[in-house]
Amino acid sequence: MFLRFLAALPFIGILLGVPFVNRVEPLVLGMPFVLGWIVLWVILISIIMAVIYRLDPTNRQTAVDTDEARS
Amino acid sequence: MSSALVIIAAVTVFALYLGLRAKRGHDMSLEQWTVGGRSFGTAFVFLLMAGEIYTTFTFLGGSGFAYGKGAPVYYILAYGSLAYILSYWMLPPIWRFAKAQRLISQPHFFSRKYDSPALGVLVALVGVAALIPYLVLQLKGLGIIVATTSYGAISSTSAVWIGAAVVTCYVIVSGVRGSAWNSVVKDTLILAVVLFLGIYLPIHYYGGLGDMFRTIDAAKPGFLTFPAKGSSVAWFQSTVLLTALGFFMWPHTFGSIFTAKDERIFRRNAMVLPLYQLILLFVFFVGFAAVLKVPGLKGGDIDLSLFRLSLQTFDPWFVGVIGGAGVLTALVPGSMILNTASTLLANDVYRGLLKRDATDAAVTKLARMLVPVVALVAVAFTLHGGETIVALLLMGYSFVTQLFPAMVCSLAPHNRATKQGAFCGILAGVAVVAVTTLMHLSMGQLFPFLPDVAKDVNIGFVALALNIIVFVIVSAVTQPRSSGQPQAQTHVH
Repeated sequence: MFLRFLAALPFIGILLGVPFVNRVEPLVLGMPFVLGWIVLWVILISIIMAVIYRLDPTNRQTAVDTDEARS
Repeated sequence: MSSALVIIAAVTVFALYLGLRAKRGHDMSLEQWTVGGRSFGTAFVFLLMAGEIYTTFTFLGGSGFAYGKGAPVYYILAYGSLAYILSYWMLPPIWRFAKAQRLISQPHFFSRKYDSPALGVLVALVGVAALIPYLVLQLKGLGIIVATTSYGAISSTSAVWIGAAVVTCYVIVSGVRGSAWNSVVKDTLILAVVLFLGIYLPIHYYGGLGDMFRTIDAAKPGFLTFPAKGSSVAWFQSTVLLTALGFFMWPHTFGSIFTAKDERIFRRNAMVLPLYQLILLFVFFVGFAAVLKVPGLKGGDIDLSLFRLSLQTFDPWFVGVIGGAGVLTALVPGSMILNTASTLLANDVYRGLLKRDATDAAVTKLARMLVPVVALVAVAFTLHGGETIVALLLMGYSFVTQLFPAMVCSLAPHNRATKQGAFCGILAGVAVVAVTTLMHLSMGQLFPFLPDVAKDVNIGFVALALNIIVFVIVSAVTQPRSSGQPQAQTHVH
């Protein structure tokens, strides 16, 4: 459940956040603010998915399975 | 012969060589030809899925969109990343079912899940209707790229014929393996070219990224943010959500799921693919750099902005490198589409509708024979299609999105949806898409009483909503118990 909540955050950030950040200044890394906001969320998505990957018990399970299959 | 032409020709020949060589060591059974024998590791699956990001549509269209419309281009960056979040949970169960049932195509998936060959035929026809315009777009892009970067030495028409011939050859011989091998070269080259252009051009012409955006903002106020009307924030939100749902519903993307050798690949890729999307930023930067430097491109010509700016900036040999990268962005997705469209027609329309007992060998043979046929149809549309093809393409994305509700429901452990529900829902959604696109209807025209914000909502939502309503109602009335149908076939699982 916590993982699903984490995964929902970018949808909220990008879809609901953009109306509030629709401006040019201040520039973020040289980009218009609204573009910088979207870029920030794309990076956060990667981080969030990495966290989910670590916490998700499914991946531990599958890892064991493939190791067994190999040996 | 100019140096640019030599480089473009070399890239094309190399792509053909690599595409043909990809077959070595593999007997091309149906499963090998269509899904690479389900043996691809993280890297190949990654590149096939990321292939969607770097088609000519993004290379030319992404920069052209930024050049012509400004801020609305940002949506391209957002929808893919959100789709990758969904992929973490969505793709593994699809892959497991496909592996257990030895599926080779998207319609195959639907027809097995709902135990209905008719549904498979419908999904296949929807898929082909969406794929052909997409292939035409790749060929059109190829023509533009080669004609421009060869400085007119090769006409767009001959480029289209040569490109179509190259992909036809290697798709017939190597199937999806040819696409996978070439996608390695394509992504390496395009990555280098796009990063270089996106960093160099703003610095060269404006002194830096921040300076470029400040100059544009001063010259064209409002260009860098979403406008109040038209491609507004509401348009952005609805389009991003709709395209994120449709992202994996493209038949060739769906098919690339089947090529993976284990399901963890998808979860791992969900971390990296969003970052990979960021390369698109640099495509946008090129388009923005062109705004004030090659002004005046109108209509369809906005897609030329990247090349016009490159021609005026670089030596011919480097224009050739950009052209070579551009050629690959057309050939690789083009070959995947060609492979998929032929598979859909042979496996799901021919075997699903006409000859149920056809063997795998017969289907493989037919699929390979259909490759040049599909390619010829696409070439004909490319050379004579005119404007109708643009309307078809707009429909393509909305078409495949209609498959989403039935797909998601089929993943549930106890799917209450019926094959009749799925069939009618998809049919209703596709019909609405066709009518609204061909008549150029918008939300504002359909529902004039809505507030302004709602008028900018992507019209695709009407189709999807109707699809879901029909899907639910028809599924409810055709539940196996109440409808009294005796056969156990309607039970899923």
